[in-house]
This record gives sequence, structure tokens and C-alpha cells, in this order.
Amino acid sequence: MDWGALQEVLVGVNKHSTSIGKIWLTVLFIFRIMILVVAAEKVWGDEQEDFVCNTLQPGCKNVCYDHFFPISHIRLWALQLIFVSTPALLVAMHVAYRRHEKKRRFRNGEKIDIEELKNEKFHIRGPLWWTYTSSIFFRLIFEAVFMYVFYYMYDGYQMPRLLKCSAWPCPNVVDCFVSRPTEKTTFTIFMLAVSGICMMLNLAELCYLVIKVCMKEPRKTT
Amino acid sequence: MNWAGLYTVLSGVNRHSTAIGRIWLSVIFIFRIMVLVVAAESVWGDEKSAFTCNTQQPGCNSVCYDHFFPISHIRLWALQLILVTTPALLVAMHVAYQQHQEKKLLVLTGHADAKHMEEVKKHKMRISGSLWWTYVCSVVFRLLFEAVFMYIFYMLYPGYQMMRLVKCEAYPCPNTVDCFISRPTEKTIFTVFMLVTSSICIVLNMAELVYLVIRACARRSQHNSNPSSAKSSFYGHKHSSEYKQNEINQLLTEQDGSFKDMLRRNSGLQEKGDRCSAC
Repeated sequence: MDWGALQEVLVGVNKHSTSIGKIWLTVLFIFRIMILVVAAEKVWGDEQEDFVCNTLQPGCKNVCYDHFFPISHIRLWALQLIFVSTPALLVAMHVAYRRHEKKRRFRNGEKIDIEELKNEKFHIRGPLWWTYTSSIFFRLIFEAVFMYVFYYMYDGYQMPRLLKCSAWPCPNVVDCFVSRPTEKTTFTIFMLAVSGICMMLNLAELCYLVIKVCMKEPRKTT
Repeated sequence: MNWAGLYTVLSGVNRHSTAIGRIWLSVIFIFRIMVLVVAAESVWGDEKSAFTCNTQQPGCNSVCYDHFFPISHIRLWALQLILVTTPALLVAMHVAYQQHQEKKLLVLTGHADAKHMEEVKKHKMRISGSLWWTYVCSVVFRLLFEAVFMYIFYMLYPGYQMMRLVKCEAYPCPNTVDCFISRPTEKTIFTVFMLVTSSICIVLNMAELVYLVIRACARRSQHNSNPSSAKSSFYGHKHSSEYKQNEINQLLTEQDGSFKDMLRRNSGLQEKGDRCSAC
């Protein structure tokens, strides 16, 4: 089970999304997951081995690394991407439930074309609208939470070159050097920018859905 | 055979699960197996190479690592996930057996054409009769395995927290030696995460068990208040043609009602009030 499997699961949901939702999914897979897998993981690959402290004291490097990097960027991004993509499964479950209900009605005698049922695209109306809107809302919340966690843990989004560490068993204050700080800063800013774009897409989709419903209501009442 | 292979095997079982069972399977694959593969394995990747002891004594590092980590978290989680997902295969085997019986029956009644055989493979089995017992057993085993592994984790690594420093006195380390663990905070975060998802899975399994029991009791009471059904307990179907029913009964052994489903469907009869909403 890896990113490929997640992609298969989410591509199914894509069929019932709005156009903005489809763009969001593409941005997620190409500019975030793919960049994470083909580039970012290699940049952070040697983060602990090449974290060098100016001391021979055994254990000091481990302790300082743990102190400054409680959880690695890569893992945080992986968790962020998993959490952000899972609300779409709520929509998938709702669609599956509606299909099941239609099948039941077919079994009870109503005439429904089975082939059409399999490929049918459900319009985002009624309870499905609420499920879809909730899923977008959760996505937004998860994105915002993770961006805040990043900011809080790493005091801004820049990777410093040098860290001064005085945790036991390091003697006094020890200089520790982070490996590839500029490259890491570049990728952090890139992932942050794409995360911002995804949040904007989600907001736009939310507005679009609300406007669509509001426009339908006056038509109904007139 | 890897996690992807297991996913393929279990996706097939998914079709015959309840709604809660499907949610459980999604939680297992996305929040446990996937997190294990994409994140946790890289956190524990350097656990031995970056385990540093404050000594130059050869062998001390290895001995201390082995003393404090008899089995790595990653391997324990992998075992837990395999054991927890495998009871679903009991259900898959039972379904395969039932499908085989249905095919045999089709051959006996002379309906053994390709279209009917395909339908046997595709149609979803109802969780009733002996399949209900198999399904309930599989859920009970899942619960048991989850609980056992959570207990093993607690016994091996008390408190679920990863220490930064451990003091080791095992031979050949001289006196007491300080050993430092790599990435203890990140490991603690992932341990707590996996623990929380494990608890969510336990709650889902218990909910599924309660749901199955309530559904069975409801079906039984519905059947008891409806005298026209031919069979007792979990086999409460409503028949619309007694002649057809007699013909079918002659051929059937004392097995599940699903045979009747199959034949009734094939001979154009309908089941009214067939409430199978979440099965």
C-alpha cells in the first residue's frame, strides 16, 4: 500500500467531483505527492547521517538532532497528504451507498439499466452536496492545521545552517550543522506554495458549490 | 507478496462485508498500512546504525540494542497488521464454498449456462446463517489480535514512549554505559499515532459486532412474527410462489437461504421486503 494505491482509490472519486475538484486532485498528485516521492525524499534522505556536531561526545548528535527535529518534514508532509486526501473517501462512500440503493430498487422491480448505473455520474445535489461540502471543509482544516504545525515546530519555514545545542550529554554548547539547508528551504517553500494553491482551490470550490445552490433556490421559488 | 498483494486479496472480501467492515478496511489500509510503509519505516530505518553507546568496547552497542529492542516496532506492527487482516480470509473461504455449492446446484437443476455461472460469481452474499457465524468469528478474532498486540507492545515498551537515553550494563559493556536512541520524539509520535488508529479499529470492530447481533435478533423477531416463512431463525425470506418453493426444496440440502435467493432470481421471482441495506 503506497502512494500508487492511494491514487487508484482517489481516481474513482474524481468522477463525481466538480471541475475545480479535479484540478485540485491533479495538483495534489503531481505537484505534491510526486515531488515528495521523486525529489524531497532524497533531499531529506541523509538528514541524520549528515547532521554533524562539533564534538566527539557519543550521543550528543542523536540528542541534538532529536531536539531540533522532533518530526521530520518528510513525515509531516506524508501525514498531511494522507489526511488531506482522505475526506474524498467520504464522498466515495456516499456515492457507493446511493448506487447500492438504486440497485436495491432495481431488485424490487423498478426498471434501471445496470450498465448505466455502473458508469453513472451522480450530480452533487441534496445530501451528497452536504457530504461533498463537508469533505472540502475538512480538507481545508487539515491543510491549515498542518501549515500551522510546520510553522510552530520549525519557527518559520527556513532551514538554518547552524544550530547551537546544549542538551545533555553535549558538553556546554555545541555547534551542529544541518545537511543541505538551502535545498531543504527551497523545497519547504515549494511545498508551502502548493499547499497554499490547494487551499485556494478548495475555497474556490466551496464558494462555487454554495453559489450553485443559492442560484438554484431563487429559480425554484419563482 | 507484499502489502499491495494483501490489498488485492482483501479488496475481494470487501464486497461481502458490512458498511462498518468497509470503513474498518479503509482505516487499516490508509491510516495504518500506508502510514507504516511511507512514513514509519523510514523513521525506524536507522534505528540500529544510529544507536550510539558512550563506549568504545566492541560488541557493547549490539548487545545493548538487542537488550532494549528484542523486536522492533516496525516488525511488531507488520505482524499485527497481517494477523488482524487475515480473519477476513475465513469469510472469503466461506463465501467461495457457498458459491461452489450454488454452482453445483445450478448444474443439478439444469441452469448451468455461462450467464448463470457468472451471476453466481458476481452476486453479493447475504450475511445470514452459517456465514453470519463465520463473519462474527472473524470479527472476534480481529478484536483478540488487536488487544493481544497492544498488550505485547505495552509489555515490551512500557508506556509507549521512546526514551532518549537508556543505561545498559550487559556484558561486555564496562560498568554502566549510556546509550542514545535515534529520533526518540518522532518514534513516540508515530507510536502514539499507531496506537490511536489501533483503538479506532477496535471500536469499529466492536460496533460491527453489536450491529451484527442486533440485526440477527431483529431478523429473528421479524421472522417469528411472520408465520408464512418456511425456515426458522436466520433464514427468514418471503416466498411468492409455493409451487416453485416445493420444487426448490426437493433439490436443496439443509443449507443457507442463499440458494433460494439464487434460484428465485433465476426463475424470475422476486423477494419482497428484502432488507439487506448494509450487507
